[in-house]
Amino acid sequence: MQIFHTDLLCIGAGLAGERVAVEAAMAGFQTMCLSLVPPRRSHSSAAQGGMQAALGNAIMGDGDCPDIHFADTVKGSDWGCDQEVARIYANTAPIVMREVAHWGVPWNRVVAGTHTYYKGGKPFEAEEKAEKHGLIHARAFGGTAKWRTCYTADGTGRSVLNTLDTKCLQYGVGVHDRTQAEALIHDGENCIGCIARCLRTGELRAYYAKATLIATGGYGRIYKASTNAVICDGGGQICALDTGLVPMGNAEAVQFHPTGTVPTDILVTEGCRGDGGTLLDVNEYRFMPDYEPEKAELASRDVVARRMTEHIAKGNGVKSPYGEHLWLDIRHLGEKHITTKLREVYDICTNFLGVNPIHDLIPVRPTQHYSMGGIKTDLNGAAYGLKGLYSAGEAACWDLHGFNRLGGNSLGETVVAGRYVGKKIVEFLKGHSVDFKDGALNDARRKVETRIEDLRTGRKGRESAIDVRNEMQNIMMDYVGIFRDGKELQTAVDKLEVLYERSGRMCLQGSSNKGFSPEMSLALRVPGMIKLAQCTAYGAMMRTESRGAHTRRDFPERNDRDWLNRTLAYWKEGATMPELQYEDASPYFEMPPGDRGYGGGQTIPNELPEERLRMPEGRDKDTFGK
Amino acid sequence: MKQNRKLHLKIFRHNPLDPDSVPHMQSFYITEYDSMTLFIALMQIREEQDPSLKFDFCCRAGICGSCGMVINGRPGLACHTQTKDLPEEITLHPLPVFKLLGDLSVDTGTWYRNVGARIEAWVHGNDGAFDAEAEEARMENGLAEQIFELDRCIECGCCIAACGTARMREDFMGAATINRIARFYLDPRDERSDDEYYDVIGNDQGVFGCMGLLGCEDVCPKSIPLQDQLGIMRRMLALNSVKGILPKRVLEKLKHKRPCHENH
Repeated sequence: MQIFHTDLLCIGAGLAGERVAVEAAMAGFQTMCLSLVPPRRSHSSAAQGGMQAALGNAIMGDGDCPDIHFADTVKGSDWGCDQEVARIYANTAPIVMREVAHWGVPWNRVVAGTHTYYKGGKPFEAEEKAEKHGLIHARAFGGTAKWRTCYTADGTGRSVLNTLDTKCLQYGVGVHDRTQAEALIHDGENCIGCIARCLRTGELRAYYAKATLIATGGYGRIYKASTNAVICDGGGQICALDTGLVPMGNAEAVQFHPTGTVPTDILVTEGCRGDGGTLLDVNEYRFMPDYEPEKAELASRDVVARRMTEHIAKGNGVKSPYGEHLWLDIRHLGEKHITTKLREVYDICTNFLGVNPIHDLIPVRPTQHYSMGGIKTDLNGAAYGLKGLYSAGEAACWDLHGFNRLGGNSLGETVVAGRYVGKKIVEFLKGHSVDFKDGALNDARRKVETRIEDLRTGRKGRESAIDVRNEMQNIMMDYVGIFRDGKELQTAVDKLEVLYERSGRMCLQGSSNKGFSPEMSLALRVPGMIKLAQCTAYGAMMRTESRGAHTRRDFPERNDRDWLNRTLAYWKEGATMPELQYEDASPYFEMPPGDRGYGGGQTIPNELPEERLRMPEGRDKDTFGK
Repeated sequence: MKQNRKLHLKIFRHNPLDPDSVPHMQSFYITEYDSMTLFIALMQIREEQDPSLKFDFCCRAGICGSCGMVINGRPGLACHTQTKDLPEEITLHPLPVFKLLGDLSVDTGTWYRNVGARIEAWVHGNDGAFDAEAEEARMENGLAEQIFELDRCIECGCCIAACGTARMREDFMGAATINRIARFYLDPRDERSDDEYYDVIGNDQGVFGCMGLLGCEDVCPKSIPLQDQLGIMRRMLALNSVKGILPKRVLEKLKHKRPCHENH
């Protein structure tokens, strides 16, 4: 078996993985990225909308500052986020946006003078300041007090990923694309790399690394309908969970995006609504202001997705062969705006839906979109449970987002966390030496080899990976959706437990499996995907409250008294179910739990001691994290 | 009620890692339904008929560039090709030029990384000069939009597969690469001189190798103005190579970064 040695191994080469890689490579450390696809094809490339940073250049963002961004983020999270992390993010995001501008991102810029913008379908005029001309502009996104989302048309992910990829090339980051991490190499205390499978040849390889980062994005593909790319199967989280030592944080926190399109589930950006698009029902009536008088279509995503689902349930949905949906209307924004600033939306509508959004309504419904949960890390991005293991981006639960993330905060998180965690990894590498233990390598290799042999020979059974995967996806769709209740969640948990057992009896069905086999890739992933699905369903069942995107019909209140905490799901070796532990949502509450100002809902309060309602002595809110 | 068509997909099969594999076409039959794309059709074939069929999809939304293939003789993205726009018989081949990995899957990643390294595809500025506390350097929004227009390339490989020169000479860098260098040439943050650009693409592997067939522009799924970029870079390099001969006044007049068909 081929063995590679490196200082930093990044599993995943999307925005978070590449940003961390650039930081380490610029500091002179040998850095390698593994990726399922060539880095520029990572799912980050599909992110359309933008990145939130309180630059305050746009007239509609005038007076913005990290304090306001911090408050919006905490409210958006429904007080589920770690407030230290939210502070670091809000304080450093402006620096990171300028830094990627320095490296080549073509952000849209402020154009001085009077412009016509739209809010809730109605035009208004605003004058961009002459002294801000040429600085980074911002658009509106949901759940924010200011226009704060930096953007390049509706290809923000594409443009920032291209730029970071150029930096990786410049600083000599080694990229092994078409490579799948299958198991972490560890001795129970330290993580020292991974066993990976080459997706060109099917061969196994070993990577020894002083530090290992998991940045593999979300795991939306545990649902049948998801806006996520087909590669978003949770491969990185599965590697971490499989160690039995590293927990998933808040797996039950799943975001459904209001505007997945029907029938393909491809996303159209929140920028549509940010730029003035509206939601209409079967009668082409604009219903959101009835539910949310102030924020309307621009309440946070959990709230809009719930209101849409409620409105359809009242009989106001548009019936179609693919189920009921609502309409997104951007016609009033006009041809020029749609074909420049929303060009990708225009392409998606015309290519996939046969709809011209300049003249027609776009069919939309809430669709699984984002995993707030992930590999639980500390402030520095270091994973719980194993030294030398880090995680960043959607793969991680750093915990910027709590139970609902704001649009523009996740794309921003990739590079903001990427820079911050990257610097912490550099500090770690500087003071660290590693004993690369062949025993640990061989343990990990044997595990993977055994699984491959089981699947190839069918010695454990004849189950089809495709059938098992499909059943898992249907369970998640039927029982672990936007509105949840105890009985349905129990059904999901029971069914997933049986399914997990079945997944141990899988066998390849195809005949030609020499070299690389796509069926093998799927079959190797399915048991871990069921684990992630079970962490989601079981965590949701045990959390008897409603918070952010986690909505229980049988427990409608946000319960700060009992549930102002984060779920940690461990999967011990040989177990058939996860083991849940809990930790405080935030070490302190710079912003005490309160009302979000949208979404309605009742709260059971928590009388927090006074010392937990402020930052620790000696810490300054304005400089923290910089 | 409308009768659904029965589609006949003839798919190229070959596994280069299997010594017994012989390249051949294999027929699959599926029933078409509304809004079916080649992504849906191929996934269905893999799930129901042959789980070993190799092809590449990622975003399935025309954004990532994974699924370039030759569809009835023409390079295109499978995910945004609707079967209703095709005849009942659909022939699928892998993209030429790139290394075949198996069936419809080719290695575009290695190819693009190599050309990226050859043209030093990054902004040549001073990274060390970045000041975290300072305001960002200003840029005209119109220029930012022009740069992004070229940054929209998804490196799907369709333009390379449709290129007569690339089919004949292995080292030709192709339209996507010329577009990439044009993106940096447009960007004031890239401090390379005209001579430095000349060094990386002023040769037969770069802009002067193009025969002008322009199949690249015809097949680009993102409608990037590839022809213009070729013209702009050719003009710049040609002027650079005669800079000691033509009077400065004439050179200045001819020198601009706009498309060639605009009035000078």
